[in-house]
Amino acid sequence: MGRFDGKVVLITGGARGQGRSHALKFASEGADVAFCDIAAQIDTVPYPMARSADLEETVKLVEDLDRRCVGDVADVRDLAQVQAFVDRAKTELGRVDFLLANAGIFSFGTVAELDSTTWQDMIDTNLTGVFHAMRAVLPTMIEQKSGRIVATSSMAGKLGFPNVGHYVAAKWGVIGLAKSAAIEVAAHGITVNVVCPTNVATPMIQNPAAYKLFLPDAENPTLEEAAPAFQSLNPIPVPWVEPIDISNAMAFLCSDEARYITGETLAVAAGFNANNAG
Amino acid sequence: MAGRLEGKVALISGAARGQGRSHAVRLAQEGADIIAFDVCRQLPTVGYKMATPEDLKETAKQVEDLDRRIIAREADVRDAAAVKALVEEGVAELGRLDIVSANAGIATFAPNAWSIEEDAWEETLAVNLTGVWKTLKAAIPAMLDAGNGGSIIITSSTAGIKGMAGIAHYDSAKHGVVGLMRTLAIELAPHSIRVNTVHPTGVNTPMVVNDYMAQFLAEDVGGTNIMNLLPVELVEPVDISNAVLWLASDEARYVTGTCLPVDAGFLQK
Repeated sequence: MGRFDGKVVLITGGARGQGRSHALKFASEGADVAFCDIAAQIDTVPYPMARSADLEETVKLVEDLDRRCVGDVADVRDLAQVQAFVDRAKTELGRVDFLLANAGIFSFGTVAELDSTTWQDMIDTNLTGVFHAMRAVLPTMIEQKSGRIVATSSMAGKLGFPNVGHYVAAKWGVIGLAKSAAIEVAAHGITVNVVCPTNVATPMIQNPAAYKLFLPDAENPTLEEAAPAFQSLNPIPVPWVEPIDISNAMAFLCSDEARYITGETLAVAAGFNANNAG
Repeated sequence: MAGRLEGKVALISGAARGQGRSHAVRLAQEGADIIAFDVCRQLPTVGYKMATPEDLKETAKQVEDLDRRIIAREADVRDAAAVKALVEEGVAELGRLDIVSANAGIATFAPNAWSIEEDAWEETLAVNLTGVWKTLKAAIPAMLDAGNGGSIIITSSTAGIKGMAGIAHYDSAKHGVVGLMRTLAIELAPHSIRVNTVHPTGVNTPMVVNDYMAQFLAEDVGGTNIMNLLPVELVEPVDISNAVLWLASDEARYVTGTCLPVDAGFLQK
């Protein structure tokens, strides 16, 4: 018996990384899974994004757990695509219980130098994409008078960071969006929360472009060279947490054990947050 | 099925009834042995009936009925020597210390901050803030000695995040434990001991559900203090226990320095 037997979880950005980990965590606790992923490159993103092979692998891994899985290609920047994904999930899996608004990208540039395409891709994906996912599921959740939404923000949603102002702006925006939605839908028995990770061991930050962000003076920094710089953020001496640590927080917030937690930001941040409010 | 806290030992203050008893039972359900204490007598400035030795015995019985071990003692969080002696006895008996729930607290009211009686201010700060520090001062060396890391969960309140008329002393103490938590989170991170606070809204316990509180809520000063966003008047003790359990469990191994409200959305209003 799992905590999520008979439930359906929807995940954006589920082809790999945190999204895949969420899919497997929820499936291992009994949920059927529907996820979408762009499964293509966005030109302003300086590392290889997920591909259709990744998407298919997540489907296979969920099915290996004897749960049903819908894996759809959809770009969260386009509400029509997100709505089509949600509609397909409802049709094929029969219901919508949880939304994990996880899809996100990472890119770099100072505010003085960012080009408008890099800015816009970031805001469209990491902030508007979360709105689109909420917009697509909330009418169903309101009608059924139940639902759990967890959006992925970041410690960059609580602090400022150089070289990623667009990412920071989007992640702060996610918190404002989630808190507002939490108020709007509380009377319908729906909770809306946010998880704020520190660095997570995924391809989004384990790539040469991200290492360069942490070690700007190194020519070709490696993971081993970058790890101490990543670790300097975290009082608990780890350079990054694992995707499962974020999945565990998502599962807690979707479980009955958290039925009265809403509008909250939960840092899974190895103590990076202890210096700061929230 | 193995529990989420199998083989762990948890110290819980204010464990005779209410949230503390619920934490003891919930953590025991997941496999933990318990070191429980409570002052078990009336404090002079408190306007509702406090827990009794019989209440603490009932907590012990409920834990033992789950086939877990419990050391339950009458002790005052304001008495550092007593808490230290209890920790030593508990660790000698149960072998280790992994989890601390610093839960003991009192609540009293006044029309406003400037009319709080000095003895009420001092008693509230002594129990709700200094009592937490004394509990942790006793517990942390034992946790460090055991070398297993661990998790400390301090019970703050929604009043530890926002101001509320009529409870300046309570509000100050509950804000204070957040500062203590954040500092300890940094100091203990190298030892893999995590420190977090939980922030309940009104909970269905004898501290809240009593004539004294009813009178406070009936007066304008506190009437809006307990209105939640989710359609529920009071949350149940087990809702706080579930948050404590999650923070105590390995699922939260990288969660430290956080404030976790269990407030039915109260703070979002």
